[in-house]
Amino acid sequence: MVHKKTFGEHIFDTSNTLALMLLSLVTLYPFVYVLFASVSNPAELVQHRGILLWPKGFTLDAYRLVFENPNIIRSYLNTIFYVTVGTALNILMTALGAYALSRRNVMWKNTIMIMIVLTMFFDGGLIPRYLLMKNLGLLDTYAALIVPAAISTWNLIVMRTAFQSVPVALEESARMDGAGDWTILFRIIIPLSLPVIAVMILFYGVGHWNRWFEALIYLRERDLFPLQLILREILVQNDTSSMMTSVGGGDRMPIGETIKYATIIVATVPILLLYPFLQKYFVKGVMIGAIKE
Amino acid sequence: MTINDQQIQSAPRTRPSFVSRAAKDFRKNAAIYLMVLPVVIYYAVFQYGPLYGIQIAFKDYSARLGIWNSPWTGFQHFQDFFQGYYFERVVRNTIILGLYDLIFVFPASIILALMLNEVRNRMFKRTVQSITYIPHFISVVVVVGMMIDFLSADGLINHLIAYFGGQPISFMRLPEWFRAIYISSAIWQGVGWGSIIYLAAISNIDPTLYESAKVDGANRWKQMIHITLPGLMPTIIILFILRIGSFMALQDEKILLMYNPMTYETADTIGTYVYRKGILEASYSYSAAVGLFNSVINFVLLISANYLSKRFTDTKLW
Repeated sequence: MVHKKTFGEHIFDTSNTLALMLLSLVTLYPFVYVLFASVSNPAELVQHRGILLWPKGFTLDAYRLVFENPNIIRSYLNTIFYVTVGTALNILMTALGAYALSRRNVMWKNTIMIMIVLTMFFDGGLIPRYLLMKNLGLLDTYAALIVPAAISTWNLIVMRTAFQSVPVALEESARMDGAGDWTILFRIIIPLSLPVIAVMILFYGVGHWNRWFEALIYLRERDLFPLQLILREILVQNDTSSMMTSVGGGDRMPIGETIKYATIIVATVPILLLYPFLQKYFVKGVMIGAIKE
Repeated sequence: MTINDQQIQSAPRTRPSFVSRAAKDFRKNAAIYLMVLPVVIYYAVFQYGPLYGIQIAFKDYSARLGIWNSPWTGFQHFQDFFQGYYFERVVRNTIILGLYDLIFVFPASIILALMLNEVRNRMFKRTVQSITYIPHFISVVVVVGMMIDFLSADGLINHLIAYFGGQPISFMRLPEWFRAIYISSAIWQGVGWGSIIYLAAISNIDPTLYESAKVDGANRWKQMIHITLPGLMPTIIILFILRIGSFMALQDEKILLMYNPMTYETADTIGTYVYRKGILEASYSYSAAVGLFNSVINFVLLISANYLSKRFTDTKLW
């Protein structure tokens, strides 16, 4: 049915489009500004006022200082460790739980499910959690950022829903061939659920990459700090002095600014690079959870 | 396996005893119980474990005596909090930020979903979606870091203000600006991501409803008000109940990064107060009591919202 637009609809469509374009601009521009500022010449940048439409001059000095900084390097490596080991543990634990809870004819399944879902509605609170970690001897360990975050209940439910949608016939024929539950999980269910696994890797991985508050309360030892905690010192507490030991006094102030921008880029780019590849999956991932609610 | 199950179900005359059923189930599903064991241990230790520690809110915790042996004090810590100097400030700030969040942040995603739904150019729609999802993945440290930089006395926003002839404002140091910054950045962070669930709900609305509305001469605005919005209502109510249930659980981590003693007047909330008292000053029992007060209120709010929704609409959480 061809529908001729009325004048009112034209106005409506145009203002809708303009509003959405403005929203996109407001969302993207901060990143663009930070990127341009990070490669700008520090002396020119401090002179500049207002929005940047292009870098002011060009230098990668700020990046050189960022990558020369032992704090950043150490914490970057730590974060890579937290992300890889943490996400691997997340996927394993979530898949094990999701498999067990997606089976039929398991007597204690509902009891376990209720025990898990209930945790979405209460929370022991910051201090009891801290004391638990302290009493378990997990303060100032790598495990402090990995083990307490081993499973997200929401993700477990999403993965369980995905596992339930794998056709039962496949599983039954494997069982005829003598396959046990471990084989069925790793050879049939997981390979057939790769889209949802990809989404989980993204959600868990980003969670580990961005985690900082747990590090703030559970870690005193600087050698264990993740990148986000060092970022906090640089961006929020505004302390770039440790980065500039090799920079002469007069140049310090301007380059301190570009160092901040370079640090933001260095800390954000891995996620932005991963984003387009995983994007097509994650909408599906959110939907699985939402629709089956 | 399936044959066995059918036999059991079709022969219910003599129901086997609980123990023998449990033993049989355990033999048959041994692998599954082995798989779920680490999951159950995780939940027992890290989700239920902290509940054990809540008792220190009613005790005078000392590290030497441990949680169990520390002496009871009853409601002393709660009384101290209610009568204390900071009670009014942190409760007021928590409620105001929670309300603003509900009024401004919650509907933002719904409005965006409705706007996106009206876009006819699919390419444009998908691009806007991709862009607005991005901030959800950016760490709160980076978000606040950019915020502090852009809003500083010599930052981008003040350059623009100066360009239009205004006076520079030290946004991050003025208590009267804190709430606006907190709320608008929350919208920036979450509006796109939050719209996904509404767009999914919209795509489930029966298209014949729109067809018959067009036949009846409803324009697009009317279709949006009379079909799309009612179709979204169950989703909106469910998410609203959940939101009410975490009404006083703000983004405390973000506030910790954003605030400073100059803005405590409007920025200090129950969550940040618990952090300062408990973690920085190690008043474990007192801050556990303050945290428990907050959790209990949230729990009561969740129950009440669910009750009201059950009473007045057909939608409920449980």
